[in-house]
Amino acid sequence: MAGQAAKKEKTPRLKMPEQEPHVRARNFHEVPLGLTAEMAIEEAGRCLQCKKPACVPGCPVGIDIPGFINLIREGEFTQSIRKLWEKNSLPAVCGRVCPQEIQCEGLCIVGKKGEPVAIGNLERFAADQERAHGTGELPPRAKPNGKKVAVVGSGPSGLTVAGDLIVKGYDVTILEAFHKPGGVLVYGIPEFRLPKAIVAQEINFLERLGVKVECNAVVGRTVSVDELFEEEGYDAVYIGVGAGLPRFMNIPGENLIGILSANEYLTRANLMKAYLFPEVDTPIPIGKNVVVLGAGNVAMDAARTAMRLGADKVRIVYRRSRDEMPARTAEIHHAEEEGIEFFLLTNPTRYFGNEQGRLTGMECLKMELGEPDDSGRRRPVPMEGSEFSLDCDLCVVAVGSGANPLLTQSTKDMQLNKWGYIDADLETGKTRKKGVWAGGDIVTGAATVILAMGAGRKAADSIDQYLSWGW
Amino acid sequence: MFTIVNREEMAEGTVILNEIEAPRIASRAKPGQFVILKANEEGERIPLTMAETDPQKGTITIIYMVVGKSTALFKTLQVGEAYQDVIGPLGKPTTVEKVGNIVCVGGGTGIAVMHPITRALKDAGNHVTAILGARSKDLLILEEKMAAASHELLITTDDGSYGRKGFVTDALKDVLDKGDTQMVVAIGPVPMMKFVSKLTSEYQVKTIVSLNPIMVDGTGMCGGCRVTIGGKTKFACVDGPEFDGHQVDYDELMLRIQAYCEDEKRCFEDYCMLKPDYAR
Ligand SMILES: Cc1cc2nc3c(=O)[nH]c(=O)nc-3n(C[C@H](O)[C@H](O)[C@H](O)COP(=O)(O)OP(=O)(O)OC[C@H]3O[C@@H](n4cnc5c(N)ncnc54)[C@H](O)[C@@H]3O)c2cc1C
Ligand code: SF4
Ligand code: FES
Repeated sequence: MAGQAAKKEKTPRLKMPEQEPHVRARNFHEVPLGLTAEMAIEEAGRCLQCKKPACVPGCPVGIDIPGFINLIREGEFTQSIRKLWEKNSLPAVCGRVCPQEIQCEGLCIVGKKGEPVAIGNLERFAADQERAHGTGELPPRAKPNGKKVAVVGSGPSGLTVAGDLIVKGYDVTILEAFHKPGGVLVYGIPEFRLPKAIVAQEINFLERLGVKVECNAVVGRTVSVDELFEEEGYDAVYIGVGAGLPRFMNIPGENLIGILSANEYLTRANLMKAYLFPEVDTPIPIGKNVVVLGAGNVAMDAARTAMRLGADKVRIVYRRSRDEMPARTAEIHHAEEEGIEFFLLTNPTRYFGNEQGRLTGMECLKMELGEPDDSGRRRPVPMEGSEFSLDCDLCVVAVGSGANPLLTQSTKDMQLNKWGYIDADLETGKTRKKGVWAGGDIVTGAATVILAMGAGRKAADSIDQYLSWGW
Repeated sequence: MFTIVNREEMAEGTVILNEIEAPRIASRAKPGQFVILKANEEGERIPLTMAETDPQKGTITIIYMVVGKSTALFKTLQVGEAYQDVIGPLGKPTTVEKVGNIVCVGGGTGIAVMHPITRALKDAGNHVTAILGARSKDLLILEEKMAAASHELLITTDDGSYGRKGFVTDALKDVLDKGDTQMVVAIGPVPMMKFVSKLTSEYQVKTIVSLNPIMVDGTGMCGGCRVTIGGKTKFACVDGPEFDGHQVDYDELMLRIQAYCEDEKRCFEDYCMLKPDYAR
């Protein structure tokens, strides 16, 4: 009946239940609460099951989106997670942190007239359902083939390589510099956005499959890439060490106490769990009046963390306008709801401190947008005489990151591009050094979880080919 | 897990030596490099420069002073018990070359860090004078080892209870006055390194110091360890820990080291209340 179809089209997108802003702004529990089975089935019913789905090309790993959604609609949750696993080994993570609005959901047909199907929320539902009620059954594993692969770095790209190769029969060891595996998923993205128990469970899953995880192994210091081949008998090495080099503003006063890189601030809060201080031993500066520089996901995470640690006021200072803010729309929205203020078209020029060397404020300039720059975004230009000062006792610098040279500079024959990232083939992950692959942020520069995973998957296929047939 | 195979108390129990099983680190570590240790799940990551490494036995040795909650917790670990995490070797090793006459100045637990460097410089064919400073005789450590690692050993104590009464700079001045010193290495409390550098700059003698700012990762990823060297920001964990003593902004370092003093005190006091006998 025509009326039926019209009704189906009009069903509004189901809103994910969330903690109330004023409550969550002071706790570290996850913000969205998840869909119930009934809600998920209802939302899955909004999918039109297109013959030529527009959403799939938007997914960097090509998940069969209508497929997994249809299985949810039919209540076949186990089948649905299996479908997701065919392309994505970390659906509980991706369902939470992927920028769906510019990927799959951004292309969804339903979204042309109304709101797109909530693909991310459904992905998250299927994964959570499995975590809570699944059998925990392991996928089949090929017979061990006796070949050893070292994966350097345990972020999403390294985890993907490890997961793909272990089921193909390889002997896989992850070497991680930190004392805990997970990369940005544990040290960067906060608990309230991605509970650490989820990451731990994913890593436990890999360990049950037979992946060995060696923490406290700083490749380039504790052991070199060449030693992994020569002394430790590895047949291939994958490098997924991320983009771990903090950028600062390089303006006067930046070494005052109370100015931290987002990497340091978030590592203290997340990896070291400093928000529980003094129950744990790592302290974190508690700002009453906090400024966060930058407007990406990292900046939003830092600002929302500062709010949860008890700040009275948290301000995002960003030199471009709202349209250029790189953070996910949902995160900007969450931050605003939690009372974070935005100082846009504003750029700090120097910091002020007191005799104890502690930060007391900063001087800023107002900006206006000029001609487009290399990135295609309109370049912010300072407005003359627009200086004003901003009081603050804590400043978190979240203006991007670069390539950490620790591993790359200590590895001979490693070809880098002009920014210091590893020169690797984007289709296979092959570097110019024999037997070495690389992917994720150390190749592309800071990007996304799903792109790092996509690179890991391609590299795993290429490593498999090489170890079966040669370089 | 990194098991403690040997443990000693020095300087009336204020300074502790731990020899720890860490074969991978022991086989690669060079004088001047450091490790980061974490005692347990809730523990803080603490950087300490290695005092000794034994590649054959697969062990490293650290010597630290009990100054806060974390080191008090370290102190409770006995032989057979373990650190949950030890990461290293980190930082750049000391450049060991033959330059001629070298003075190695060590203060407090800096003497422990100085020991392998002194020995390496002597083995490289330098004539090495060691100057050790302590507040009093009881707090002086590693005297015999430093005597063996150098050609000449001078000792100063603040209270005159041993050696010459005064500061290391007094003894250093006399040596510099002879006019044949090519290089000074100074490792100890920040004020000591500051005053040594001030003195040696008057004599225009090249000076190396080892800095120990607050660190988190030790791999150049957080920037918490930033120091100002010759007006430029450097990350001590990867660009150092050794720097040209004449270029260091010591006043900034001094302040930055104390960034978490208040929190530390609170944490330490809580800990002492819970375990009064441990943290003495
Ligand atoms: C705060 C924050 C929020 C973010 N939010 C989002 C988001 O919402 N959505 C999204 O898609 N993306 C987000 N990103 C980006 C995303 O997390 C990264 O693009 C992704 O994690 C990159 O994965 P990777 O595997 O390349 O590296 P990483 O996750 O960076 O992992 C690299 C690992 O290698 C280790 N390592 C480094 N050097 C060595 C060495 N020499 N030896 C051994 N191990 C080493 C590191 O300790 C680390 O564990 C965010 C990033 C940050 C920092
Ligand atoms: S979400 Fe939209 S585009 Fe994607 S499969 Fe469903 S109906 Fe098709
Ligand atoms: S300790 Fe983090 S960069 Fe040096």
